[in-house]
Amino acid sequence: MSSDIYKDIILDYYRHPRNSGDLTDADVRAKDSNPLCGDIIEMQLKIEDGKISDIRFKGKGCAISQASASMLTEAVKGKTLEEIKAMGKTDVLNLLGIDPGPTRIKCALLGLKVLKLAVYGHLGQTITEEVRQLV
Amino acid sequence: MIEKLATVDTARIREDFPILKRQVNEKPLVYFDNAATSQKPNSVIDAINRYYRYYNANIHRGIHKLAEEATVAHEEARENVARFINAKQTGEIIFTRNATEALNLVAYSWGKANVGKGDKIVVTIMEHHSNIVPWQLLAQEKGATVEFVKIDENGELRQDEIHELIDDSTKIVCVTHASNVLGTINPVKDIGRLAHRFGALLLVDAAQSVPHMPVNVQDIDCDFAAFSGHKMLGPTGIGVLYGKAEQLEGMPPFLSGGEMIREVHTTGASWKDLPYKFEAGTPNISGAIGLGAAVDYLRGIGMENVLDHEREITRYALDRMKQVQGLNIYGPMDVDHRVGAVSFNLGDIHAHDLASILDEDGIAIRSGHQCAQPLMEFLQVPATSRASFYIYNTKDEVDVFIEALEKARKIFAR
Repeated sequence: MSSDIYKDIILDYYRHPRNSGDLTDADVRAKDSNPLCGDIIEMQLKIEDGKISDIRFKGKGCAISQASASMLTEAVKGKTLEEIKAMGKTDVLNLLGIDPGPTRIKCALLGLKVLKLAVYGHLGQTITEEVRQLV
Repeated sequence: MIEKLATVDTARIREDFPILKRQVNEKPLVYFDNAATSQKPNSVIDAINRYYRYYNANIHRGIHKLAEEATVAHEEARENVARFINAKQTGEIIFTRNATEALNLVAYSWGKANVGKGDKIVVTIMEHHSNIVPWQLLAQEKGATVEFVKIDENGELRQDEIHELIDDSTKIVCVTHASNVLGTINPVKDIGRLAHRFGALLLVDAAQSVPHMPVNVQDIDCDFAAFSGHKMLGPTGIGVLYGKAEQLEGMPPFLSGGEMIREVHTTGASWKDLPYKFEAGTPNISGAIGLGAAVDYLRGIGMENVLDHEREITRYALDRMKQVQGLNIYGPMDVDHRVGAVSFNLGDIHAHDLASILDEDGIAIRSGHQCAQPLMEFLQVPATSRASFYIYNTKDEVDVFIEALEKARKIFAR
């Protein structure tokens, strides 16, 4: 791992998070924390025709967790719930443009986990082991 | 360059720790995570190695030569630990897995027999989770309460609260000797005197004091003290519960089974004498032997010298850290009131981001809630970073650390 993990774009998303705040007419909300760091992320989703029509997040924690959650909200707007279910670690790493290394990967994946929790919750489906293991 | 202090020859000490020659991310390792676990000198590694290579055997039961040698080495380690903290008798030293297990032993064994409905257990806001949760579980089961002594703005226990909370309903006062977060050294002797006046016992979490300063359990007059081997140059998996014989003798066993019994019949069983009553099953023999070697190593330096060296490094680190813009230190600034565990935050940089940036330069610090969430809540911070020093750390390493903090500050100032 090199100091590249704190490249400008990540710090920019950390300092100026996109899609941060509340979605008053959200259809589903989910929240989780990373017990190692205490990072917290909440996702709020508006869902229309099986697609994410709007999304906001709120959170507290390290730059990696907050920036990746924010980037994720931008990337998933307009995606179908099935597409979200199919997303994985690689998608998040591609968004970040870096591999934060084994000790910090959970920070990076917290946003995706919470997003998936919201989607599974909305669909009334049981959370899979794969989702539970993300963080 | 490694400076030579008046009392401790750091350069020579560093030679004894093979891991300190390691490079991390192509930089020399700067190990500032000693409050989590310390590194191990060759003498400890060799003692464990020798046991497994030359006299590995189960102890206490065998008649053969190896069993005898292993038993002697294990029991010598116990005597060594007893002398190190000035216990009155060797039987007052019970080997556990770690300080956490030692604290649980007291909560389960002594606590279940002595704490009842309406009783009070007094702890402090700066306790490690391991000196909070066992008491909360006990209190829930018994209908007792757990009360927290809070701290003042210097990170020291509030005397008014100590006097207010300890009363006739108090059964035990559980307090850390030195805080793993704030570094604060608590006046355990005075607290014990007060507790005893109300008929309460004093339990000292000595996990951060025994490795770093002279500790004399008879002088403190604590009823129990707990510490871990791995934070004092010994291996993981071995810890110590010290208990006054008069307390331990009255307590029921904690774990039961082999090694700890005198006789077992289909109708019941009777227990061995101290300390074996509390040591069920084959113990961590190599761990005890390694801990004994660690005690020898520390005694060779002298605990007064260990304390002096760490104060020197801590004083230097605090002075330099104060000059880093936006750096907030939690805990006493007077080195005479603290050990060398220094918690801090740098501006609004999250502790984990800071630890990642320092790791790039080979610097190991701890970040997170430090197993002290009630204290984090009290300080109103989600997490802190912590640098903690030991006998092999140098002022040069502090300089490397300060440079890395400045680097982090600049990265996040972009």
